[in-house]
Amino acid sequence: MIEAKNIDFYYGDFHALKNINMVMEDHTVTAFIGPSGCGKSTFLRLFNRMNDLIPGARLEGECLIDGKNIYDKSVVVDELRKNVGMVFQKPNPFPKSIFENVAYGLRVNGVKDKAFIAQKVEESLKGAALWEEVKDKLKKSAYELSGGQQQRLCIARALAVSPSILLMDEPASALDPISTSKIEELIHSLKNDYTIVIVTHNMQQAARVSDKTGFFMLGELVEYNDTKKMFLNPDKVQTQNYITGRFG
Amino acid sequence: MIMKHTEKELTLLRDEVSQMWGLVLSQLEKARQAYMNNDAELAREVASREKRVDTYELKIDSDCENYIALFGPVAVDLRLVLSLIKISGTLERIADFADGIARQVISGSCMAIPDSLKEDLRIDKMFATVISMLSDCFVALESENTKLSGHILAKDDIVDEILHDDKRVLAEYIQQDPQQALPALETMLVLRKIERIGDHCGNIVEEIVFYIDAKILKHNRNNEKE
Repeated sequence: MIEAKNIDFYYGDFHALKNINMVMEDHTVTAFIGPSGCGKSTFLRLFNRMNDLIPGARLEGECLIDGKNIYDKSVVVDELRKNVGMVFQKPNPFPKSIFENVAYGLRVNGVKDKAFIAQKVEESLKGAALWEEVKDKLKKSAYELSGGQQQRLCIARALAVSPSILLMDEPASALDPISTSKIEELIHSLKNDYTIVIVTHNMQQAARVSDKTGFFMLGELVEYNDTKKMFLNPDKVQTQNYITGRFG
Repeated sequence: MIMKHTEKELTLLRDEVSQMWGLVLSQLEKARQAYMNNDAELAREVASREKRVDTYELKIDSDCENYIALFGPVAVDLRLVLSLIKISGTLERIADFADGIARQVISGSCMAIPDSLKEDLRIDKMFATVISMLSDCFVALESENTKLSGHILAKDDIVDEILHDDKRVLAEYIQQDPQQALPALETMLVLRKIERIGDHCGNIVEEIVFYIDAKILKHNRNNEKE
């Protein structure tokens, strides 16, 4: 379970997140929506401490994963990121073979057993619904894949180190509708094994893939609700104005 | 404030439904006059305009489908479009009943009953009540005011009560003069049509409440009645 308690986040003097409280249950998909600059990606990145290196950034409050505060001094960030994988907007495969892209996380974590690595690569590519398309060209460069395939490769790379949580920051915004559909199907199937949090500007995508949706505006969590409720009858007028395009 | 493209499309949809509503109200009022005054010529006018109502329904269905496909409405917009689809279908059913009454007038099948019986049956009161229900529904949608819903649903009860009493009145009439059984039964069909129009107005209320308050009244109208 992921839990945010009284989160305030600052970029220098800029108050980017204001008193956010939220609980995300295991094996659910949660979507964050909101206009650009509303804080949804900042909030997402808190859960694998991607904001740590930003100069002047400051966090107040607690981010808990399975009851443990991930900002506790005892937490090793590399270990945290093994448990909390991340997929970005633009596919970012390494300049390596398809196989090595997926094996990379295992190798940097000291795994040397070739058979284990091969098995894990296959499992991860299958988990990312890419195996059938690449099983005969695992030694080819990842750059030879299409954008949609590269994004699924990045998901496979994240899955290889056996995380329990996957964070996705607009994972399909650079993809065509067919690739987008594959990513959405993948999110749906991965829900059985992972807890997924996704930032998206595509409202219909949020409606299609998520169980719960959080609407952010000006650093505040305006509404956090079941997705069906959110898109049929949101509780807040601001949410309704945003999702129906009447915002601003 | 400049209206957005999507809002313009929704406004056009609502305008179409309003025009259809006006036509159906007019059909119902004319069917009433034709029946009460035994005016076959007016009844023929109602029958001849029935196709126009059907055309409205098809057009609104098609425009709603297009709106959903092209604009992917959510929340209040989705509820409005879903409601408009159902409302236009219900209006078409109401117009069918008006047409059915008009055709009975044209055939003369129920015209042999005396005016005094029409008064005892309170047919004009039934007509007036369902017409006011349909008119109130229109006001509720236009003004987006669901406070009227309880008032409208209470009127449906009045229509139901009159029909309930009418069964006894007509049974006594047939017992007194068995020769008049056929026109009496034809009259019962008219009464039944008017009562069904009241039910359909209740269905429209359900759609308006769904659109505005996102509440489901179906099978649970009693809480809404005044």
